[in-house]
Amino acid sequence: MTVPLRVVVNGQAYERAVEPRLLLTHFLRDLVGLTGTKVGCDTSQCGACTVLVDGVAMKSCTRLAVQADGASIVTIEGLATNGKLHPVQESFWSKHGLQCGFCTPGMILASVALLRNNPKPTENDVRVGLEGNLCRCTGYQNIVKAVRDAATHEGGRA
Amino acid sequence: MSTAAVFGSGIRRREDPRLITGAATYTDDLVLPGMVQAAILRSPHAHARITRLDTSKAAKAPGVVAVYTGKDTDGVLAPVPCAWLLPNSELKVAKYPAMATDVVRYVGDAIAVVVAETRYQAQDALELIDVDYAALPAVVDPQKSAASGAPQLHPDVPGNQAFHWTVAGGDVDAAFAQAEIVVKDRIIQQRLIPTAMETRAAVAKFVPATGELTLWNTTQNPHIVRFLCSLITGVAEDRLRVVAPEVGGGFGSKIAVYPGELITIFCAMKLGRPVKWTETRRENYQATTHGRDHIQDVEMAATKDGKILGLRCTIWAGMGAYLSTAAPGIPTILHGLMLSGPYNVPAVKEDVFGMYTNTTPVDAYRGAGRPEASFMLERMLDLLSDKLKIDPAEIRMRNLLPPFADGCNVITGLTYDSGNYQASLKKALDHIDYPALRKEQTKLRAEGRYLGIGVCTYVEICGLGPSQVAGAVGFQGGLWESAIVRFHPSGKVHVFIGASPHGQGEETTFAQIVSSELGVDVNDVKVFHGDTDNTPMGWGTYGSRTTAVGGAALAVAVKKIKDKAKALAAHLIEAATEDIDYADGKFFVKGAPAKSKTIQEIALMAHVAWNMPAGMEAGLEASSFYDPPNFVYPFGAHIAVVEVDKETGAVALKRYVAVDDCGPQINPMIVEGQVHGGVVQGVGQALWEGAVYDDSGQLLTGSMLDYAIPRADLLPNIDVLNTVTRSPHHPLGVKGIGEAGTIASTATVYNAVIDALEPFAVDNLNLTMPLTPERVWRAMQK
Repeated sequence: MTVPLRVVVNGQAYERAVEPRLLLTHFLRDLVGLTGTKVGCDTSQCGACTVLVDGVAMKSCTRLAVQADGASIVTIEGLATNGKLHPVQESFWSKHGLQCGFCTPGMILASVALLRNNPKPTENDVRVGLEGNLCRCTGYQNIVKAVRDAATHEGGRA
Repeated sequence: MSTAAVFGSGIRRREDPRLITGAATYTDDLVLPGMVQAAILRSPHAHARITRLDTSKAAKAPGVVAVYTGKDTDGVLAPVPCAWLLPNSELKVAKYPAMATDVVRYVGDAIAVVVAETRYQAQDALELIDVDYAALPAVVDPQKSAASGAPQLHPDVPGNQAFHWTVAGGDVDAAFAQAEIVVKDRIIQQRLIPTAMETRAAVAKFVPATGELTLWNTTQNPHIVRFLCSLITGVAEDRLRVVAPEVGGGFGSKIAVYPGELITIFCAMKLGRPVKWTETRRENYQATTHGRDHIQDVEMAATKDGKILGLRCTIWAGMGAYLSTAAPGIPTILHGLMLSGPYNVPAVKEDVFGMYTNTTPVDAYRGAGRPEASFMLERMLDLLSDKLKIDPAEIRMRNLLPPFADGCNVITGLTYDSGNYQASLKKALDHIDYPALRKEQTKLRAEGRYLGIGVCTYVEICGLGPSQVAGAVGFQGGLWESAIVRFHPSGKVHVFIGASPHGQGEETTFAQIVSSELGVDVNDVKVFHGDTDNTPMGWGTYGSRTTAVGGAALAVAVKKIKDKAKALAAHLIEAATEDIDYADGKFFVKGAPAKSKTIQEIALMAHVAWNMPAGMEAGLEASSFYDPPNFVYPFGAHIAVVEVDKETGAVALKRYVAVDDCGPQINPMIVEGQVHGGVVQGVGQALWEGAVYDDSGQLLTGSMLDYAIPRADLLPNIDVLNTVTRSPHHPLGVKGIGEAGTIASTATVYNAVIDALEPFAVDNLNLTMPLTPERVWRAMQK
């Protein structure tokens, strides 16, 4: 059985017939072909699958695609505009906020949402705000540094 | 910036643009025409006989293309090999089949594989496979595994003993006979789950018409995978291409060759269609190798002024149900040879019993053997410090080896390359203002607050390593590295390396080496790795060896280029080669810098070859296979400050200072990032992480819900400092840095917690890692 699904992903409209059980993350990766969104844990701990659904950071591995019907989704592929990196992407690069890069798409999108809600976060705000996104490489220090750096460059902009 | 200054500069990584935009391709991102998906059925029992296995319902499920079991792979796939055949240890390598045929030996042992059109269909069909098991008794504790009457795992391994290895130096019995004090403890190095954020995956494509097999694999060492897969599958090496695309962390868990990729290859060869297999996280926790798992009985003999006389220990090392690729070398060579650490230890003796247990196989995990050795020494020194009332920093100062610049023989037979241990400890103590910190601790204790200070000095063996030594200790391969440096006519450079970085940033640091040595803009150098079809053979990225060995290979290749360029420059300028000097990309006549040729001009001439010296070949390219004359030995001193909550037992890590010495730093920003990550992984072992099996062999920490890796909100910023001591034998003087943090931080944080609990007279015997609030609270109640 399939049901129709209409979503906008990174500004482009998609209409697909999907199984009701299809996870949003697999919809994005397998049906839309946007593989920047990663699956790290299957149980909603690691946040590698974080995307923005109508501007809100959500873990797409524990969300059904059909729950996003009618929504506008931003994935890591849609964050840069006209070839110009988003300030959070810039800051992750310049502050060495990533190593293997696997947690990075989710980490960056969670950071964008964090900065939208709290444009000038303290170090502790960032640490607490990102506790739902796990990284095994960086020890988080440079991620925190990157997010606070992005805060000085309009990191919370859409 | 002059190109010479590129060495030592914290420039941004060139890896990052693809990673921060979602453009990188990891194994699971690959889609090939006609590709199907595999899912593996794994044993829910730790030890059982398979009495019935019926795949008929699964085979008829929607979308299913094929179902295979161990009966299909047995005899087609050779057993999964163990590639570290430890000599003089009565090593017994049990048969490790890709899929079990009669007996399963750990939760996660592969039994069958379903191949279907989609991931969901393959998972659905797994549930339709009927298996009947006759449960057998299981053993998960390595010491209990050695007991008489313990359940037996393998018919050809009586007593479950995989090996018994010993190391001895000096007269340890005399040391203990003379001792004025002996301290001892039983230390549990709990089992850890590496937890790379990317689970393991494989895509295999076989073209029957040509006999060519391509494997995309989440690996740290594609050339080893090709070599071993060729032996296991029978596909000749020249027809087998292994690619490590973007790899999402490894930490040792992506060194081994596993059943998963072999099963994937098997399916692709059977079906003639590309097959993808990607672990779920639960599968990753059950079937990708774990680390540590030692029971350590340790005792140290000393004088009453705190000088170490000897160290004696017995280790029960849990190896899991089978011996993984490098497993036997980890608790032995990489552990036992580091028993004396940075200290003057006149006598050592260690017995290591490697035991089969009904658990996931273990293998390298960041630090691999060395954190387990460092921890023993650091615990013993703190126990001595406590008993003798000598400050922990002072007792270390008294025992550290004096500085040496070119070789120091230690009791285990190794020759450390260079070290200046007191300097790093002094730097750490000064930075944190140690005397003031101790005063604060005393003051807070009076207020009922429990601050703890942990101090650790360490040295590690890395840059593995001289191939002759590898052979002597049973490693079934070499440990050299390779590099090809290829100039193009316009002066742009391609570098091809055999190592396979996966997050460590060598695409950047290696370009920095070429840029600084040859005067090429760093952006004009592109580094290729991870594909056996376009890179020279290399042994991979692990053991903090990529820069230490691969970087040396690159430096030697660069030197060859420079020598040829110099001779060609001399010819073009019409001067003698010995009169030519080089600086910052230009070859010029000594004393007449106007008479010069740039490296780009030389590269062009080498390619058009209109005017070459007699006998000189066209082109500007060099390769190097570098076999290091010795290991490298980075070192350092770490200090942690914790506070223990008396009411809850919760441990808060308040401060952390890391002083590390990896020689000259090519990219300090990357070095610092390696230290951050390494330290935090070690903190994870001290405070939060531990794989837990129940007595029946069920893995209770089978997902990230139950296995706690460090989170951002639980950590402070780490102060990263360094000292610089060159390696005397490395062409660039550099050592490794990937594992340093992990080797030091577990002991540092553990000792800090014990220090905090000093008013409660906590005996270490009662406090095993991870130091969860419950354990700490219970200890305080005694």
